[in-house]
Amino acid sequence: MNLHAIRAIYAFEMARTWRTLFQSIVSPVISTSLYFVVFGAAIGSRIQEVDGVSYGAFIVPGLIMLSLLTQSLSNASFGIFFPRFTGTIFEVLSAPASYFEIVVGYVGAAATKAMLVGVIILVTANLFVDMRIEHPLWMVLFFVLTAVTFSLFGFIIGIWAKNFEQLQFVPLLIVTPLTFLGGSFYSIRMLPEFWQTVTLFNPVVYLVSGFRWSFYGQADVGVGLSLAMTLVFLAASLGVVAWIFKTGYRLKS
Amino acid sequence: MPPALQIEQLSKTYESGFKALNSVNLTIERGELFALLGPNGAGKTTLISVICGLVRASAGTVRVHGHHWTEEYRTARRLIGLVPQELTTESFETVSATVNFSRGLYGLPKDPARIEQILKDLSLWEKRDSRIMTLSGGMKRRVLIAKALAHEPKVLFLDEPTAGVDVELRRDMWDVVRRLKASGVTIILTTHYIEEAEEMADRVGVITKGEIILVEEKNALMRKLGRKQLVLQLVEPLARLPESLAGYDLTLAAAGDELTYTYDSQGERTGITALMSELREAGIHFRDLQTRQDSLEKIFVNLVRQSQ
Ligand SMILES: Nc1ncnc2c1ncn2[C@@H]1O[C@H](COP(=O)(O)OP(=O)(O)OP(=O)(O)O)[C@@H](O)[C@H]1O
Ligand SMILES: [Mg+2]
Repeated sequence: MNLHAIRAIYAFEMARTWRTLFQSIVSPVISTSLYFVVFGAAIGSRIQEVDGVSYGAFIVPGLIMLSLLTQSLSNASFGIFFPRFTGTIFEVLSAPASYFEIVVGYVGAAATKAMLVGVIILVTANLFVDMRIEHPLWMVLFFVLTAVTFSLFGFIIGIWAKNFEQLQFVPLLIVTPLTFLGGSFYSIRMLPEFWQTVTLFNPVVYLVSGFRWSFYGQADVGVGLSLAMTLVFLAASLGVVAWIFKTGYRLKS
Repeated sequence: MPPALQIEQLSKTYESGFKALNSVNLTIERGELFALLGPNGAGKTTLISVICGLVRASAGTVRVHGHHWTEEYRTARRLIGLVPQELTTESFETVSATVNFSRGLYGLPKDPARIEQILKDLSLWEKRDSRIMTLSGGMKRRVLIAKALAHEPKVLFLDEPTAGVDVELRRDMWDVVRRLKASGVTIILTTHYIEEAEEMADRVGVITKGEIILVEEKNALMRKLGRKQLVLQLVEPLARLPESLAGYDLTLAAAGDELTYTYDSQGERTGITALMSELREAGIHFRDLQTRQDSLEKIFVNLVRQSQ
């Protein structure tokens, strides 16, 4: 095991975070706070409670999930796309490091950053609303699994993308809508029945639902199903990453 | 002791169907400085990239100090350092951060003293805290070399290290290369400045269209393939060459006062004696004479032209 290589990649990526502190941490926190103000204050004044939880508190897990997803995706995809774009990836590819070590370095750093943002949002939200976390271990489990899974997914996008447009494409046109439609800001039980069924095809529903359950003990879908779906995404992402390295897809000619 | 590099039957066909390497066989001994020459697109970078694991081989094997380059990639790659042809550096990182990164990537613990030495050798020490993007092209080139040396490689690839580099930096660079060679590092170099190969290399390989068409000790190559010329400064300018000298490979300078005879120094007889008596009979006298030998460049150009 080349631990030095993992540490080098991880530290390098984290250094990028500190160097671009505003962009990587402050700006997601600001934009999430805006969501919080807009949804919490504007809509919250109309919707008093959802499932016995004040609307402001209700949306916190969804907000954290939203930023966890987008942060994981953008950190990881950019982290690997940029060295491909500039060509500096040659050094990583010719180093005595296994694919596993390379992925752990990049994905680990991306997930760490995303979780950092998530924690900051959690703490910030705590200042605005009364919250509780009923199942802290489950909460941590969903938190970490989601960050890792979507960082892996971001890694895949960063390798697949041929240009900056494609890099933005999946997060912007697929993941963000899915997140908004995935019950981040509402319970899917508030939807007409037909749309409830449609929503069940949205993978984000399971993440948000499970995560929210760990806070308030209430969920749109069973927590076991949520966990199972999360693990399925994780396995799928791992499978694709393994395939990428096995074939050298877009990394080696 | 296995050689530094043992390349067998190495081929590469790119996805486009283009055959960039055609069954290359090459053995490079430890501690030698090998110059790989070839025109643009000959396959030099491809060969290096396949060895370093950046491009997949279509067929063949490479061993580095006896270690199979994919089966024992950790050991093999640990021995290799690569300075790529393109100036691919980070932008926002500092010089010392990027060099430390390289060392870590190759599985070595931090060694500030060692890194300091490398940076000083390459005159980068003053710039250690500068962001790479603020450096000039030549300085970036040095950074790439420093990165490649950070893990103390035993086999170093320099893919056109002196392209776009000024005279002073080139001299610096060759000092570093000489020192590395003296410390036992095997160096494989590609260059378009043939005088560099002529000056530095122990052996020279010529590649065109993905095939190694020649590998030879540099001195032997210069002796064997270098044609010699005898230049005679005439007392009286000639209007044209006399008929009796038509059988010789002679050229008359435009002013008519210099006669150049080209001959094969390895040939059975050089023809110089015969030429001298012919000249005397024709009443041509000369004031001075000198001999010249082909440069490696000329040899190289001839070789490549012949193979086409
Ligand atoms: N990824 C690729 N796909 C298809 N063809 C390629 C690829 N990379 C290189 N080639 C082709 O392979 C041939 C060899 O290229 P290579 O870069 O190895 O040449 P080189 O000897 O290093 O040339 P130069 O002196 O210009 O650096 C060229 O014809 C090039 O166009
Ligand atoms: Mg090249």
